[in-house]
Amino acid sequence: MSLQPASTEVTERVASVIDACKGLEGPMLPILHGLQEEFGYVPPEALPIVAEALNISRAEAHGVMTFYHDYRTHPAGRHVLKVCRAEACQASGGDMVLVQLQAKLGIGFHQTTSDDAVTLEPVYCLGLCACAPAAMLDGQVFGRLDADVIDEIVDEVRR
Amino acid sequence: MGLVPEIDFGTPASRSEKLVSLSIDGKTITVPEGTSIMRASKEAGISVPKLCATDMVDAFGSCRLCLVEIEGRPGTPASCTTPVGPGMVVHTQTSRLKDIRKGVMELYISDHPLDCLTCAANGDCELQDMAGAVGLRDVRYGYEGENHVKARQANGDGVGVNFNWLPKDESNPYFTYDPSKCIVCSRCVRACEEVQGTFALTIEGRGFGSRVSPGQHEAFVESECVSCGACVQACPTATLTEKSVIRIGQPEHSVVTTCAYCGVGCSFKAEMRGEELVRMVPWKDGQANRGHSCVKGRFAYGYSTHRDRILNPMIREKISDPWREVSWEEALAHTASEFRRIQYQYGRESIGGITSSRCTNEETYLVQKLIRAGFRNNNVDTCARVCHSPTGYGLGQTYGTSAGTQNFDSVEDVDVAVIIGANPTDGHPVFASRLKKRLRQGAKLIVIDPRRIDMVKSAHIAADYHLQLRPGTNVAVVTALGHVIVSEGLYDEAFVRSRCDWDEFQDWAEFVSDERHSPEATEALTGVPAETLRGAARLYARGGNGAIYYGLGVTEHSQGSTTVIGIANLAMATGNIGRPGVGVNPLRGQNNVQGSCDMGSFPHELPGYRHVSDDATRDIFEKLWGVEISDEPGLRIPNMLDAAVDGSFKGIYIQGEDILQSDPDTKHVSAGLAAMECVVVQDLFLNETANYAHVFLPGSTFLEKDGTFTNAERRINRVRRVMSPKNGYADWEVTQNLAKAMGLDWNYSHPSQIMDEIAATTPTFSKVSYAYLEEIGSVQWPCNEKVPLGSPIMHVDGFVRGKGKFIRTEYVATDEKTGPRFPLLLTTGRILSQYNVGAQTRRTENVVWHEEDRLEIHPHDAENRGLRDGDWVRLASRAGETTLRATITDRVSPGVVYTTFHHPDTQANVITTDFSDWATNCPEYKVTAVQVSPSNGPSHWQEEYDALARRSRRIEGRLEAAE
Repeated sequence: MSLQPASTEVTERVASVIDACKGLEGPMLPILHGLQEEFGYVPPEALPIVAEALNISRAEAHGVMTFYHDYRTHPAGRHVLKVCRAEACQASGGDMVLVQLQAKLGIGFHQTTSDDAVTLEPVYCLGLCACAPAAMLDGQVFGRLDADVIDEIVDEVRR
Repeated sequence: MGLVPEIDFGTPASRSEKLVSLSIDGKTITVPEGTSIMRASKEAGISVPKLCATDMVDAFGSCRLCLVEIEGRPGTPASCTTPVGPGMVVHTQTSRLKDIRKGVMELYISDHPLDCLTCAANGDCELQDMAGAVGLRDVRYGYEGENHVKARQANGDGVGVNFNWLPKDESNPYFTYDPSKCIVCSRCVRACEEVQGTFALTIEGRGFGSRVSPGQHEAFVESECVSCGACVQACPTATLTEKSVIRIGQPEHSVVTTCAYCGVGCSFKAEMRGEELVRMVPWKDGQANRGHSCVKGRFAYGYSTHRDRILNPMIREKISDPWREVSWEEALAHTASEFRRIQYQYGRESIGGITSSRCTNEETYLVQKLIRAGFRNNNVDTCARVCHSPTGYGLGQTYGTSAGTQNFDSVEDVDVAVIIGANPTDGHPVFASRLKKRLRQGAKLIVIDPRRIDMVKSAHIAADYHLQLRPGTNVAVVTALGHVIVSEGLYDEAFVRSRCDWDEFQDWAEFVSDERHSPEATEALTGVPAETLRGAARLYARGGNGAIYYGLGVTEHSQGSTTVIGIANLAMATGNIGRPGVGVNPLRGQNNVQGSCDMGSFPHELPGYRHVSDDATRDIFEKLWGVEISDEPGLRIPNMLDAAVDGSFKGIYIQGEDILQSDPDTKHVSAGLAAMECVVVQDLFLNETANYAHVFLPGSTFLEKDGTFTNAERRINRVRRVMSPKNGYADWEVTQNLAKAMGLDWNYSHPSQIMDEIAATTPTFSKVSYAYLEEIGSVQWPCNEKVPLGSPIMHVDGFVRGKGKFIRTEYVATDEKTGPRFPLLLTTGRILSQYNVGAQTRRTENVVWHEEDRLEIHPHDAENRGLRDGDWVRLASRAGETTLRATITDRVSPGVVYTTFHHPDTQANVITTDFSDWATNCPEYKVTAVQVSPSNGPSHWQEEYDALARRSRRIEGRLEAAE
């Protein structure tokens, strides 16, 4: 694939994120977080600008960014739903919850509903094992998932 | 024969001087502290299985195959990442280790294709070797599950696409990347980072999804990759493989030889199958390159079998006639009789010759011998005239010898590197990689260059100071550096007092201290901010070991020699001479430009830089050759051309050089050549100069002859013949046959005899012989009874001339000035993938990276002229004009434009003027006042020249002599 250069507007937004983090020790991850916050994902055309600013190669920026599942390469839906797939949640019926949830939303992991309402992602432990199975919607956690809670979540994202 | 054996010790050698003894599998071994258990084992003759380790990169510890057991320690540590300890007792083969290794291999093979028989790495695959070594007999996991191996695979609905599989990347012209064979050992990634220093590769993703990615998951050719080949060399499987190996198969024997591109002089193994070259692999024991290479030496050898190569001698009466193929006898007899006729008619001084910096020392020696003993004059010159002749003059005057002071290994001890007018990442890539490695370890860098070259800033390196001077103001900048060093008392008085002439130093100090040389006073002239210059001077003088590396940006000026002297002054004043990590290092352009200068190629010098007026030296050669040698210096190249235009110089023998394309002021060169009656060109191809030739003698490549090249660090490296000359004769044989045709009694049967003659006549070479080189590998001259092992570093205890000489360096602005008609300054340079006039590299796949010369212009200047990126522009100077396409970039400052001269259809030297260095006539390529304007196609000159080139390349009986 041939890379498209970033537009002036994107370049400026990326530069402002970089400027805000550049003084930090180990600025790479804060910059990537900042970009994800700014754009909703990390645009591939932003990485050459990050590389230039940190005096690393494009390849290195790409290597770091792709190592972390949290950094998205595409925009997510309006909501992001993360369902815990770690041991405790699986042991407490997480599989069944997931099947129901996927059926209601009509999507699998790493997919976004066609109305852009929600993106579904797996997560490995939210630290809520005592309330398993657990999920997190846009940063808000839900415990003891069952049919009712799932409906509540689906209603929320469809609104 | 067979392949040259090379042992992979798994991890790099330790530089510690402290020794440690330990026991490995019952054997006691003593190694330097810091050595890995893996390396120590290999030194004891024990091979611990390994996949991710190789000694070109640091240990990584990812493959888990090299585990060992150490008595008294729990677990099974990796032998690559575990250093030896005193008294350690190590076992490399136990039943526990065997089980672990077999399990690890089973997992590797469970995600690897089993097409070994048809795999390009068959016979050279470490994965296959390790499967054998650990006794893998079965893979229990099957291939039905998730894998990276199969393009299509069974899923719930039948056979579908396997999204884990990636197709082969064949974008690079020289090697392929087949992700299905990758074991993700990261050797390629680490080689790109640690050895080459480009950081073009990474591992993307994590876990099972980890893949090698060039750039941001790009094709190799679109990524930051510079195609140096280090990753291909590091790859233990067929994932990264040379296309030539895929096409031909594994080599069966190899021969160590020396690259014929730049002045770094890398040692390579030419890996052969019969007389077919399979690949060139950098030789780990090569002392200039230490196992590294660049895209030119590693891959760009295809020109040697290119269809354009001329294999039969040809003659013609007039340059407007088509060429006529003739026998060697006829061509040589014709040449000899023409030369004799011309000398009879116009006098002894009416002919001359040019030696080649591309040919071996022996061949160069023979050409100058032919001219001095056969033509009986001193009309010999070489292309160093147009590149490093000021180095010869400047360093000769100040230090007493015409060469760099250091070896390349010295870079490992540098604390402050100063690069002046050189672009190592493009011109001397292997040296650049070694320097970048040192910079990543913390050394400081000062760059003095009008352009923002890659050394100024690229991944993980950045210059501490970039003195972006205006072209042509080198002397002012260097003198201002001297001003700061003297006026701020930063000089090394003890060194100067003991090693240099103190009176001359005081004179120089007084000169540079003058206020008009201060950075503040010269700022307006040079464009370098005074504070930057002061900072750079302080860093160089007081930053520890300071080494200056310079290139043609120093020499190719009207004050080239002055700048060299200025640099020499700075190194002496700061005591940066005579030990590792310091010195003055000219980065020589061509493989044997040092050698061709050493061999007496200049009209005023006999071999070993001894002036022709020196009776004792002449006497040595007169006795041996049985002729009288003229004590008057002969004509330099520009003088020969002037004399030709005047009608007194009529014949020339040019071996392996394309003066029409490489020398300045093309129109003057062509007029000179056109005025001669017998122009003899000996070359691989019908080069541009051959358009004006009457005799063409086909040349041979470095693969087809024995000899020696001398690189920029004065290292005499062997060149070894790996195939028979396609044209019938090696170049030295052609010269010898011409000499015989002219009646000289020459009977060399091997180049070693020529080297023996050089050694017998030249004190700095007196101990050099092929037998000796065979014994010690390579040697840096001076190599004689006093220093039998050669001289890696010169001027250690005293300068060659005795006391180091300080010389005043007055700045005199060049006559080439900008004005309303020509408001921009043009400077010229090189690009990584192409070499010199491009005769060779243009005939390889390297054109993928650079298919035409481009004009770099600052956005500001481009906007003023209404130019967009990629537009055709007319580039005009007082001397001429040409057209080429523009690249808009802020690498150049406003007011400065830049181009390369690799392509004959651009003819950048039509633009350059005939101004030259005051001392040596080295042309001022680096400064030309020009104007740039929009254009819609080739200039009149280009069209005319193209037609002439086509006409003059016709060969009788052939339809079209192709360029």
